[in-house]
Amino acid sequence: MEDKELFKGYSSITLDVMKKWGAFVWSDIDVETSEGSKYSGIILPRSETADKLHLVLKMATGYNIGIRADKISSIVIKGRKVANYKIPEKAFPYDKGKPRVKLFGTGGTIASRLDYRTGAVIPAFSPGELYGSVPELADYCNLETEKLYGVFSENMGPEQWIGTANAIAKEIEKGVKGIVIGHGTDTMHHTAAILSFMIQNSPVPIVMVGSQRSSDRPSSDAALNLIHAVKAAGESDIAEVMVCMFGPTSDSYGLLHRGTRVRKMHSSYRSTFRTIGDIPLAMIDRNKISPLRQDYKRRRTDNNFILAPYFEERVGMVYYYPNMMPDMIDSMIDSGYKGIVIAGTGLGHVNKPLYPALKRAKDKGVAVYMTVQTLWGYVQMYVYETGREMMDLGVVPTANMLPEVAYMKLCWALGQTSDLEKVKEIMLDPINGETTDREPSNGYLVYQGGIPEVEEFISKFRK
Amino acid sequence: MYDFEFKPFDEMTPEDYARVGFMSGLEVHQQLLTDQKLFCRCPAGKYQKSYNAEILRHMRPTLSELGEYDGTALMEFKTKKDIIYRIHYDTVCTYEMDDTPPFQINEQALDIAIEVGMLLDAYIVDELHIARKQYLDGSIPTGFQRTAITSVGGRIPYKDRYINIIQMSIEEDSCRETSDVGHRRVYLTDRLGMPLIETVTYPEMKTPQEVAEVNQILRRLVRSTGRVRTGVGAGREDVNVSVTGGTRVEIKGVPSIKRIPLLTYNEAMRQWNLLRMRESLANKGITPETFKANFEDVTKIIKKTHFKPIADAIQNGFKVNCVKLDGFAGYLKWQTQTDTYFSKEISDRVRVIACLTTLPNIIHSDNISETLASAEWVSLKKFMNVTADDALILVWGDDADALMGANEIIIRAREATIGIPSETRQAYPDGTNGFERILPGPERMYPDTDLPPKPITDERKKLIRSRAPEQIWIRTQKYTKLGVPDDLIEELAISRFASSFEMLVAEPFNIDPVFVATAIIQYPKRLRKRGLPIEKLTHDEFERVFKLYSSGKILKDAVLIALDMFLRNGEIDESKLPSPCTDEEINIRVGMAMKQINHITLINPEKKYEIVMGIIMDDLRGRVDGKMVSKMVSSKLNSEMSNGR
Repeated sequence: MEDKELFKGYSSITLDVMKKWGAFVWSDIDVETSEGSKYSGIILPRSETADKLHLVLKMATGYNIGIRADKISSIVIKGRKVANYKIPEKAFPYDKGKPRVKLFGTGGTIASRLDYRTGAVIPAFSPGELYGSVPELADYCNLETEKLYGVFSENMGPEQWIGTANAIAKEIEKGVKGIVIGHGTDTMHHTAAILSFMIQNSPVPIVMVGSQRSSDRPSSDAALNLIHAVKAAGESDIAEVMVCMFGPTSDSYGLLHRGTRVRKMHSSYRSTFRTIGDIPLAMIDRNKISPLRQDYKRRRTDNNFILAPYFEERVGMVYYYPNMMPDMIDSMIDSGYKGIVIAGTGLGHVNKPLYPALKRAKDKGVAVYMTVQTLWGYVQMYVYETGREMMDLGVVPTANMLPEVAYMKLCWALGQTSDLEKVKEIMLDPINGETTDREPSNGYLVYQGGIPEVEEFISKFRK
Repeated sequence: MYDFEFKPFDEMTPEDYARVGFMSGLEVHQQLLTDQKLFCRCPAGKYQKSYNAEILRHMRPTLSELGEYDGTALMEFKTKKDIIYRIHYDTVCTYEMDDTPPFQINEQALDIAIEVGMLLDAYIVDELHIARKQYLDGSIPTGFQRTAITSVGGRIPYKDRYINIIQMSIEEDSCRETSDVGHRRVYLTDRLGMPLIETVTYPEMKTPQEVAEVNQILRRLVRSTGRVRTGVGAGREDVNVSVTGGTRVEIKGVPSIKRIPLLTYNEAMRQWNLLRMRESLANKGITPETFKANFEDVTKIIKKTHFKPIADAIQNGFKVNCVKLDGFAGYLKWQTQTDTYFSKEISDRVRVIACLTTLPNIIHSDNISETLASAEWVSLKKFMNVTADDALILVWGDDADALMGANEIIIRAREATIGIPSETRQAYPDGTNGFERILPGPERMYPDTDLPPKPITDERKKLIRSRAPEQIWIRTQKYTKLGVPDDLIEELAISRFASSFEMLVAEPFNIDPVFVATAIIQYPKRLRKRGLPIEKLTHDEFERVFKLYSSGKILKDAVLIALDMFLRNGEIDESKLPSPCTDEEINIRVGMAMKQINHITLINPEKKYEIVMGIIMDDLRGRVDGKMVSKMVSSKLNSEMSNGR
């Protein structure tokens, strides 16, 4: 075996000490230190990001401790116990009365295990593994899985988006009844948006799912999210790209969000995904799917969908702030960017010093689109003079498109054509709800804690 | 082999316990006195029953680091409980709700844990690894407790030997359960996340009394730091018990040390009696291999019964399952603990795992009175094809629970042919115990991926060691030598002012140890009786007042007056303290008193001394040494008498 495997993660002084006493990772040892301390346990691999000074022991009680290598005065090796980390695999049962659902993995932690190298968790994925850890899945479908990528969601990019769209198209052609995509949550809404544009008019549900608490913890939301997603994919009548995640933080129901209107709104809450400026498509639990609206695209049996896997990488997004200098925009123009999405203040504004840069962008043929950093509400560039002036400078308002969605759509539009008029047509013609004609008043609900009526509501219903 | 029979509690001798191979160890939990919780910034030690919101969670077992499922976890998953958390905004943030990752560990708490480890003469670890210990009962919303070993080894002196310590950990406290009925368990979250330490001893205690005594030493040891919480629930213990041929069984959450002896006695008896029962079963040829049991749905057969629990169940559309245990006739009334029988072991399992929490949840053929009618038992026996050797047990509930119940009955009965199941058991007020869950193993440990390992530097250890108190057994010896009265020694050794005591009785102050000890232990009690907030007393006040005393600025009696003044006014105004009288002053005052008394006719002239003393001391309280005045008064009275008056 190679040194790297034998001494997983150890280096420098600790590695020297291990070599001196002939100890490896997984050796069962007694250690003594120069201070007279005595410990017994199994040597565990060390995370590469941890310091190089300590040896990690798993003791008989199951606890781990670290021992300073430079204090170790002797090691006695008693044996070896290699961890065999494997989620119990059970053949996923086939039931011909149940729909065929395909689960694509891109990363994220639906079922996962510990990665000793980084100390983080890495996903386990095969249908057998999933059945072993979430047996309820078999109540809803015949599951097939395919691992497309194994990346954290922040590392998703054009290659993965195009690859995922192509993989979905292939499955639809093969007659799958629904698609589930396991995805890290950080950029799930970006992927949901681009897939909404790349796969249009899908005959079957395309459901994105992930977890806010990794599945290696008993309280994880992963299993329930996956159960919901598989049910939505196999049984629901909603043939759209959706995000399926917890509604409240309680283990009670999930929400199906339209892929173009959804956003991650909290860094760690389970109920982090919210539909912005509208209401979600449906509520879902183990037993039923309850649509909250009727204007969704229905499931069909034909195969008349559109695959449009286009993407222009030279597009940027600028989060405007007061005191922004024009060189922020200039540097993008000079670097050859073809499109810029601005998240402006209020109704969609930037300061005057930026005007010359915006004019330069227009002259150089760079597509510039305006969204709002308030997230809720429309860009309204006619209301104030600032807005009108900016439109004269070629800045195009995008109504109530979310900034991240506008960004993904501009990448997609510029991937098809460099004719800015055509790009504008594409941008302003909604494909699936990324802009809406009207905003229902219950599409904006950010309740304020502390106010008596809100507290009354919170005390009555589980959060 | 198991021919010994347990005697009543009071009659058991150490030799009897040796005969059954009694072994017991302790896991002592102690809350630490910190301002904030262990992994978030919520206040610690604030309890309230009201709540603003509720959250619902379910728990699901996960794999351990070494790739194994934990038995307890699987058991809890079987119960399919809805777990409700009640949340008050003041005491719980999104961390305890498991909606925010942990913050860095509370350094104050870690320091205290290391300090206690040092008092145990343990090895303080070089690097802290925070682990997740799975708890699927829901007592922690994450499904695990964050915990880390702070020290390994250590020992405390006991009788003529040492009791060895396995390890000590720092961990977050769990929720308080408010109810557990059917498939719904409710928790309060205020206590959740408070820092505590757990000290685990080897099973080296040989009698129930020893367990209690060792626990007392450990409790006094942690209290001697002055950095732990006291009061109801601040110190709790789990007690491990086994007998020869038995299994380590953990009695959880023992709230008071006084209850330990009876609890451990009953657990030892339970194990011993279950082993005797296994022997008896084996003699009848019933072993794990030959064990036979089956169950049937008997709802139809007894659908007209008048036995209310079952009649009600059938009316609710529930199912009644009847389990036949071959060869078990008579064993359901086999005694396990005081007034407790094997049927209780089975009923407990059904209650906890099948969530059939309304009692009775089973009836059986070893005790048929006041249950089904005789004719119903007869038809059941016929239907189940029972011989005189077999036992029947009925369990009822909805389809899923009745099925789970029947399966658990069979599982528990078969375990009786194997030995003592590894369980955690809950302590009952009468000294017996009941099944709580399967005993978790090391499989439930998992490294916390949210927090990196944390080195504990030598500098930090040195600093903590420098401020740690001496061990109580060393203090006790020292105080005895100094002549401190026995009734004060124990309290003084764990007092937070012990270090002040040691300073004041040494050079250069050299104050009388008995006086200082009395003042430190008794004065606060007196002041508390006066309704004063004695928790405000610090080392500073004691030291300042005693320095005034030692320099002669005040006398003994003024020490209490000064402390009283501090607690009332928040400061000590030296100018208002009684200053010692000069000899001159005393002389004059004694003279005046004598004159006063000689002007009146006394009804009881034999009390003259007391009356004179009273007059003087009323006036000079705190300013004179009573003994000195007494001497003066006596000599004056004597000279009066000798002068013939």
